[in-house]
Amino acid sequence: MIGSPDVVALTKEDDFGEVYPDPSVLPEDFSVPLFAHAANANPWTKTSYAKFSKDFILISEFSEQVGPQPLLTIPEDPKVCGTFDLNYFSLRIMSVDYQASFVGHPPGSSYPKLNFVEDSKVVLGDSKEGAFAYVHHLTLYDLEARGFVRPFCMAYISADERKIMQQFQELSSKFSRASECLKSGNRKAFANELQKKLKDLEYTRSVVHKETELQKMNNGCYSTQAIEKANELANVEKSIYEHKDLLRQITSYPNRKRQDVECLQPESEAPAKATGSDVAFPFNHSDAEHNPADGDVSDPRPSYTPQLIKAKSAKCFDKRLKTLEELCELASFHQTMDQLKSIEKSFRGDLCYIYTSQIDQILLGKQKITNFLFESDWGNGEPAKHFEVAGLIPHLDLPQAPDGSGEPTSLETCTSFGDSVHIKLELESVDGPAESSPSDLTQETSEDAADIETKGSFSSDKSIETLGAVSPSNLHSHLDVMGRRGTSDECSGTENGIFFDRSTVSSANAPYEKSSAQPGAFSLLDNDSTVDVYHTETLVKVDTACCMGQEGFIFEEPEPVHQRCGETVVKQEPLSLLYGDLALQVDFAGGEAAHEHSPSAVLSFPNTLSEDVARMNVEESSDTTSYMSISTSSDRAPSPLGHGNPVTVKQKKKAGQSALKFIRQYPFAQQAIFCLLSGRTLVVLGVDEGTVRKLVNALSIFVPNLGRYAEQVQPWLCCPFQLTDLQRWKLIGLQRIASPTGSSMLYSLSRYSRYIGILDADNKTLRCPTYKGTLIGHIADHRTQIKRGSTYYHHVQNMLTQLTAKAFLYTFCHHLHLPLGLEDEDAVVQRRTTFLYHLGFSEEESKIVHYLSGLIKQRYVQGPCQRGIQPVFAFNYTTSCLYKI
Amino acid sequence: MFCGEGSGRSRSLHPVRRGENRAVAAMLRWILGGREAQGAVEKSPTLFIGEEQPKNPFTELQVLKGHFDIVRFLVQIDDSRFASAGDDGLVLVWNVETGERLMELRGHSQQITAMVAWSLINADTSHTSIITASSDRSLSLWDPDTGNRVQTISDLQSSVKCLLVLEHLDLWLSGGNELCVWNQDFKLLCKREVHSDAAITAMVQLPKMHVAAAVDKEIVIYKLAVSSKLEVSVQPFRQLTDHHDSIRVLINVNDGLFASGSHVGELIIWDAVNWTIQAYEHILWEEPHCDGQAEIRFVSQKQSDMSIHHLASNGEVILAAVGSGLYVYNIHSRNVVAYRKMAHDSNVLHTMLLSDGQLMSCSEDGSVRMWEMEPLPLPAEPASPGFFGLWSFGRSSKQTCPPVKKVPEVPILKSLELTGDLIGHSGAIQMFLSFGEKGLVTCSTDHLVILWKDGERQSRLRSLAVFQKLEENQGLC
Repeated sequence: MIGSPDVVALTKEDDFGEVYPDPSVLPEDFSVPLFAHAANANPWTKTSYAKFSKDFILISEFSEQVGPQPLLTIPEDPKVCGTFDLNYFSLRIMSVDYQASFVGHPPGSSYPKLNFVEDSKVVLGDSKEGAFAYVHHLTLYDLEARGFVRPFCMAYISADERKIMQQFQELSSKFSRASECLKSGNRKAFANELQKKLKDLEYTRSVVHKETELQKMNNGCYSTQAIEKANELANVEKSIYEHKDLLRQITSYPNRKRQDVECLQPESEAPAKATGSDVAFPFNHSDAEHNPADGDVSDPRPSYTPQLIKAKSAKCFDKRLKTLEELCELASFHQTMDQLKSIEKSFRGDLCYIYTSQIDQILLGKQKITNFLFESDWGNGEPAKHFEVAGLIPHLDLPQAPDGSGEPTSLETCTSFGDSVHIKLELESVDGPAESSPSDLTQETSEDAADIETKGSFSSDKSIETLGAVSPSNLHSHLDVMGRRGTSDECSGTENGIFFDRSTVSSANAPYEKSSAQPGAFSLLDNDSTVDVYHTETLVKVDTACCMGQEGFIFEEPEPVHQRCGETVVKQEPLSLLYGDLALQVDFAGGEAAHEHSPSAVLSFPNTLSEDVARMNVEESSDTTSYMSISTSSDRAPSPLGHGNPVTVKQKKKAGQSALKFIRQYPFAQQAIFCLLSGRTLVVLGVDEGTVRKLVNALSIFVPNLGRYAEQVQPWLCCPFQLTDLQRWKLIGLQRIASPTGSSMLYSLSRYSRYIGILDADNKTLRCPTYKGTLIGHIADHRTQIKRGSTYYHHVQNMLTQLTAKAFLYTFCHHLHLPLGLEDEDAVVQRRTTFLYHLGFSEEESKIVHYLSGLIKQRYVQGPCQRGIQPVFAFNYTTSCLYKI
Repeated sequence: MFCGEGSGRSRSLHPVRRGENRAVAAMLRWILGGREAQGAVEKSPTLFIGEEQPKNPFTELQVLKGHFDIVRFLVQIDDSRFASAGDDGLVLVWNVETGERLMELRGHSQQITAMVAWSLINADTSHTSIITASSDRSLSLWDPDTGNRVQTISDLQSSVKCLLVLEHLDLWLSGGNELCVWNQDFKLLCKREVHSDAAITAMVQLPKMHVAAAVDKEIVIYKLAVSSKLEVSVQPFRQLTDHHDSIRVLINVNDGLFASGSHVGELIIWDAVNWTIQAYEHILWEEPHCDGQAEIRFVSQKQSDMSIHHLASNGEVILAAVGSGLYVYNIHSRNVVAYRKMAHDSNVLHTMLLSDGQLMSCSEDGSVRMWEMEPLPLPAEPASPGFFGLWSFGRSSKQTCPPVKKVPEVPILKSLELTGDLIGHSGAIQMFLSFGEKGLVTCSTDHLVILWKDGERQSRLRSLAVFQKLEENQGLC
């Protein structure tokens, strides 16, 4: 493999150690410490040796005046880059631009010609800096630049090589989109510039023409001045012709690339900014080579007045080059920056996290029916998800068809080059990566004459490795190789690594589940506590025949679910879906091989997306809460619930902290949670708004179908509530006041007491139906070892997900709701009861399943919005009792 | 047909105070953490049934919003539809299964005083219309399918208080200060002034083309005559003046009997053919003189506490809503079968007899209560008939003797046991309408209509819907 760690080993420059040493490629005598920085307790973090704290995006330019220079980084925070030398790295990434962005007079043509060059995508690494980068080269047109082109590159820089390699497809497609946006803006700006230049030239020609005529009149046709003027006129005319040709070329840019409509939205002519600054700094032009007219300054103004172009060339270094903003239209520039920011955001976190999220998302996508129950930001149409589910499907099919025929054929420029690398890679993967060397590669890649320079730069510094200049055509092989490599050293960990819920292997219409069992669920890693991976044992084996109602179902080992808690710890980074088909041995922990007949089940995963992962990692790895408060000080107070803002995972994690406090503080927390889960409205009564709000916030993570804006929660209510309010809100914070209003409030409390549970925050009492089961004990154990709110939140999500899965199962089993044959309703009821019992629910706990199932049914039949139909409020008549501390 | 009361007198005098009492009691119960503290407000401990109600099937409700004022009338249109009307002049048509509002019948500018459904059966099709009367002195005929106001008559001399449809004659009557007879096409066939200051408040149909109308303390029997030319005339035929106070309710009991109830608790059962008194009950709710509390109660007792607000009958027994109590009278044995003096915390406004000795009542206290008649377990139970005054009069002795307290000869009393209550409305429940297993509709002064349903049945139905959709979609997707 190109640029794999063995290269580093052979260079022996420093004690650089790969975090994931591949034993098969390391020389025997070279032992690398597993964790160079043992202080960092997170075994998955890969940034420990890098000079920057987290991944970032760098935009660099190869300036014709000063050479490679960094322009900007995303995020802009200088702390991100730390001591990382951007100038140095810019030099590196710009120097591998092999691309023949050749503009000028092609041989045999007398006019300059624009090349519409495809972007090139290169992965390279710099072991000295501990940096690996996906580098996306692009060229922008600039009339004043040499050859009309300005080479730029956008680089995604990470300390994790594998992340770059395995997210290549994603990175490539996203950066291509950003680049396309930039370039389309640039084309417009370039066309504008050309048009203005043409006007200048036309004007100049008319002036020169007049002068020529004048000279002819005054001095005669063959006077020196007249000949000079005639030459000048001819030059101007030639220049006009050339510019017209350029304009034709740029405006006839093939529209095939314009699928990405959104980039082209800002069609408005917005050259205001660019022109404004140009006025201030009129600069000279050095295109003497291709521009015999030496037309110099195009000085466009909003209402354009043609300028006379002086026939005198200025020095090359006097001129001021256009900035990136000026090169593209402003709107395009900002749009691109936004895109890049979202790219940066979506690739935060380490590979494992990204994989988990991807799997998460795919699975979530399959569970549309139940996601509304506990998933906070599912289904709200946020396009900010950092990968496209559809984009992953080819990955899944990849191992079956490594030489997939889906090669883009339009990328002629890259194809030949890509093929060569492809072959090379194939060789290497056979020979073993140890034999690859950077110079080999460089030779391989430097087929173009233009690359001689690049080669030179390689040889001058061995610390840089081109991991591969990857075009889409050879991507497959890359992934393939990576896949093989990855599995070889990672499969060892799988037997106790990846567990998944039986229920994840859900109904057989999932395309990739058909091909093979995929790893499904992960529980989240936590440093300080045992991560609870619960195995929903195959309690119920519902095969299709059963659901069709012929057999009845068989209960298999009706052993309580809960006993498995806490036995297992995830020791292994989750594997990419890419590996799934190759060698992943799925360990069922329960040892059953019955997954072909897996129950049709649902599951919804804790959603950990849209989160500042880097920060989270820091938080998680530091054990002090004080640090947490510091680290989150920037966005300390997430806006409280129910203020018209969508509830974020972040808020929920904060709520997790409060919930943790709540369950430690209140011995009757389980009863309160039972209230919420069984759909009984819980009223938190108190004098102090802060206390009440805090309790409501804490309890909100247990509210099923909370709604995107926490519609089901009313954090603070100062007036008596009505029956319809109970229907609308499942969790209410109520102000206790001693006044006539207060008494009527108490009146409504007592009147509707059969429908609600009342948590008195002042007296620390709870009045609600009794609950003595054990199920909620697992969700809310006051002796829990979990210390952090976010961990607890994930724990709760985990448990709720299981509940959801069971509720799904309960809802969609025919025989639980429809009589078989001549049975009467009682038999069905009996079957339901037994079923729930075997699922591990007591009679009380069945109410939870009933409630969740009711919600699922309603949602399934009516859809998410139920306009026109008044909501149904279900309840039951049970005695309440009073709990005290 | 009973058309509902138009008068405002049926409203409670002290609903708020009573409600507060109840609330305080309830809070007390909560604070004490038990339900032993019934207190003096409710004498009978069974009256507070508590939160465990295994016999109460209504475990799901739907709040139907749409009215802007008190909802007073509910009328069933067919198996799945009903109409509600009230003081906002709106008539809303609802689907009882889904809770959907199907139609909004707008037209009346003032409160609606009476509403009846009128089924026109032609050959094999039957179509139900709704007739409404309003304080704006207009009458309207509505088509609940289209929402059209099919017919309307305005500028009546006085507002109509009650309506009666005579379906076999294809006629209908409106009662107020005058009695009018109308035909299908809303044509006035004849009109008869009521020779009294009071207006007709209730009407029932009697055999042989007679109609009984309640006018203050009297029952006026009118005779309808249809001539050969299809001309209709109506004549007052007889006045029955046996009630001592204004008559509040008039119902048909069976083919041969009808009953009336007055403001002072008189229940008279009449022969429907010759209009003689078959039974006369004066319900006094007299207190037993056993403790000091009773004195106070006796003094504080008001006449309205004895007012008969509603009567219901299934042909066998009559259920009377007397003040805040319930009273079950057996027609055949001519005696009281069961009673409950304080069935509610406030006046009972509507009652219903279900099958198997089950009763239902709603009250100004905002609750619906379900009762079951159960035989008293032991004679030792202090079920002395002395709780109430019971007088049986022959027609002859009616006005002569002072009331004599009598112990009923056959004390086969049953007790009325509370089996469940429905709490949801925050105001007096004016009326309810039962759709059998499909549910129960209640309407109230809090502007709401609530649909109460059997949660298990609904859950089953939803499951069926789920599997139906699954089949349509061919699997989960």
